[in-house]
Amino acid sequence: MAETIHVGHAEEHGHHDHHEMSFLEKYVFPLDHKMIAMQYMFTGMFMALIGGFFAYAFRMQLAFPGMDVPFWGVVTPADYNALVTSHGSVMIFWVAMPVLIAAFGNYLIPLMIGADDMVFPKINRLSYQIFLISAIIIIASFFVEGGAFGGAWTAYPPLSTKAQYSLTPIGSTMWITAVALEFVAFLLGGINFITTAMNSRAPGMKMWDIPMVVWMIVIASILFMLSVGPLLAGGIMMIFDQQLGTAFFDPDRGGDPILWQHLFWFFGHPEVYVVLLPAVGIVAEVMTVFSRKKLFAYKTVLYTAIGTGVLSFTVWAHHQFIAGIDPRMANVFTVTTLLISVPIAEMMFVYIATLYGGKITLTTPMLWALAFVFEFLIGGITGIFLGASGNDIYMHDTYFVLAHFHYTFYPIAIIGTYAGFTFWFPKMFGKMMNDGLGKLHFWLTIIPFNLIFLPLFVLGASGQHRRIYDYTNFPELAQPWQQDLRQLATISLVVMLGAQVIFFYNVIKSWMSGPPAGKNPWNSGTLEWTATSPPPHGNWPEGLPTCYRGPYEYSHPDHDKDYWPQNEPA
Amino acid sequence: MILESLLPAASSYARDIGFLFDLITLLVGVPFLIACYLFFAFIFRFAAKKVDKAMYITGYEHEYMKWIHRAHVPILVFDVIIVIFAVNVWYNVKQNLPEAESTVRVIAQQWAWTFVHPGPDNTLDTADDITTVNELHVAKDTLYHYKLESKDVLHNFSVPVFRLKQDAIPGRVITGWFEPTLAGEYDIQCAEICGIGHGLMPARIHIETPSQHAAWVAENSPFSLAKASAPELEVAER
Repeated sequence: MAETIHVGHAEEHGHHDHHEMSFLEKYVFPLDHKMIAMQYMFTGMFMALIGGFFAYAFRMQLAFPGMDVPFWGVVTPADYNALVTSHGSVMIFWVAMPVLIAAFGNYLIPLMIGADDMVFPKINRLSYQIFLISAIIIIASFFVEGGAFGGAWTAYPPLSTKAQYSLTPIGSTMWITAVALEFVAFLLGGINFITTAMNSRAPGMKMWDIPMVVWMIVIASILFMLSVGPLLAGGIMMIFDQQLGTAFFDPDRGGDPILWQHLFWFFGHPEVYVVLLPAVGIVAEVMTVFSRKKLFAYKTVLYTAIGTGVLSFTVWAHHQFIAGIDPRMANVFTVTTLLISVPIAEMMFVYIATLYGGKITLTTPMLWALAFVFEFLIGGITGIFLGASGNDIYMHDTYFVLAHFHYTFYPIAIIGTYAGFTFWFPKMFGKMMNDGLGKLHFWLTIIPFNLIFLPLFVLGASGQHRRIYDYTNFPELAQPWQQDLRQLATISLVVMLGAQVIFFYNVIKSWMSGPPAGKNPWNSGTLEWTATSPPPHGNWPEGLPTCYRGPYEYSHPDHDKDYWPQNEPA
Repeated sequence: MILESLLPAASSYARDIGFLFDLITLLVGVPFLIACYLFFAFIFRFAAKKVDKAMYITGYEHEYMKWIHRAHVPILVFDVIIVIFAVNVWYNVKQNLPEAESTVRVIAQQWAWTFVHPGPDNTLDTADDITTVNELHVAKDTLYHYKLESKDVLHNFSVPVFRLKQDAIPGRVITGWFEPTLAGEYDIQCAEICGIGHGLMPARIHIETPSQHAAWVAENSPFSLAKASAPELEVAER
């Protein structure tokens, strides 16, 4: 059905293209930024289903130890480690990154700055192809001899480098190869995002007229490029250690396993902000539209994002407080870590202040955006517990950490994505989504989400460590109330995963038979809403738009309508 | 207060960490509740039904921006308070190494713990050392140093009732300290993933009164063991 729409479209505007595009050219090897965005979006969503399934399998084992898990079977200790490792890796590298950076970046940047495409369309296509290969490798690692890597997504050596310890001689190399390829893909993507946003803006669009989400994706790409180099080098050293017998991380032969941790977290912590920033950008777009208000202190938001990004390079060792680094270092990293609370708190205040004096409509995208702010606040404040070195001696590697970062990553990767997807769906597919189903999906996702992770804070505070496949071996962790909380978390997870069926049903139903959206269903002021929905190849065949003002001129006193599009002459 | 309600505090510094946890809960909890109140109040107060037209606020106006700036003052003050207490606890537990009354060696490997206790002479690496697997015996109110080693991969020596955690790294000997303050038997967990048996290396710490502990040492020391088992052998022979 979808293909029919697109094919019809291509015929309509066929004379703009050099030649009629074949199916392969249009959908498999496209150069159009929107189609590459869709490839990233749907690959990311598919990987999210896989990552969610992994979570289901190991949470069932934790709630009902030893059970024959439907669709998986009995979860052995080796299975359990492979499942938690792959869940973490997939959700961060193959869901959050492709969806938030690559899909939204590719889709939104040219449309929001008034360009016809990315500046390097072929690099863009290559980026997705490398990413797809990396995704295939990580899934394939489950089917090789020894199974998938089970040394956690942080892959600390010597466990990750020596097959006699990990017992996954092929899986661990496939894991690090897939991760390294994924980095290459996003380096290529990042080059495109930064160059396009800096060079291809519509005439008249000054730096302060760029929509916040574009800024955020650009800053995130810069953070990614600055932080990923050391880890890419570390990844190659790890492959050498595994397969060529070098000893970069081997303490028996003069190497240092802690070196990997520095390389990993020097990337790993900025990575949090790499995925956070696009999500806060999306939330800014959604919140301004549905509160009919200018973004509160645009430049302040931008400065807090840059400030957070710079600080994020100075905090990595808070992941290593008790890892055997010089204990004096912990004092420095405690200070820098707590300092991050200042720009992040400012950013959250500014978002709350944006609501003040607005005219707020609680549509589905707005509910997601508001949920992002609320849930991320919980994620933010619980980080203080862990950044405070003295408390981290106890909390480190417990479920308190796990619950904390799920309260940051879930709002980012899942809530932020749903906010953006439901908001731009009319633009992407030319149809409106069903708002009732959207709200049902929202509540059936957000309530179980909290019921999964709030109990895990309590379990973590009671001393439950991570990555242990059966807590009944530990008398202090085998108390009935703890098992009840584990079951509550698992049942909530099953409910939440089940609720995603509503989302996919809504997408397919609306795509096929939703009411037509028109160009600008939300009365938004940014440029993408001046193109047809969905925009054709080249975005504005009638000529690229010109920009006259900032992106958030809602309810302006000098204008009769409550929005003032960026392309409307004064 | 909060942590103690979930798990006993059994070391000299466990209550300090518990207090730090409570303090952080208070200092982040209050701003969080205020932020939540404003967040929900704005959503309800400025619902589309109740408003004709939204206000036009750039956010740079002093009358609005001052609220953002003022909110930073308590946040910075709270950050400083948390840093002071956190660093204080950290210094006490990890940086400072008080004089030891006894020393134990903790050796982690895939997937078991080996504990070496000093024998009756209270000195490690002598012939009367007592080596056990997966059970550590210590005396209450005695200040111990631990010498933490790993034979293969990273492990983590974690005693939740002590609120203590330290990675074990192959090729290094890491020294730290603890002083048990509560008699009883508690969990030792490995807190760093170490392979497929990571969930299968539970150990127990036995905190005994000094006299009980002395009795355990006397009973298990290799020399006294020889003495103690000799009569039994005679009985068996008869």
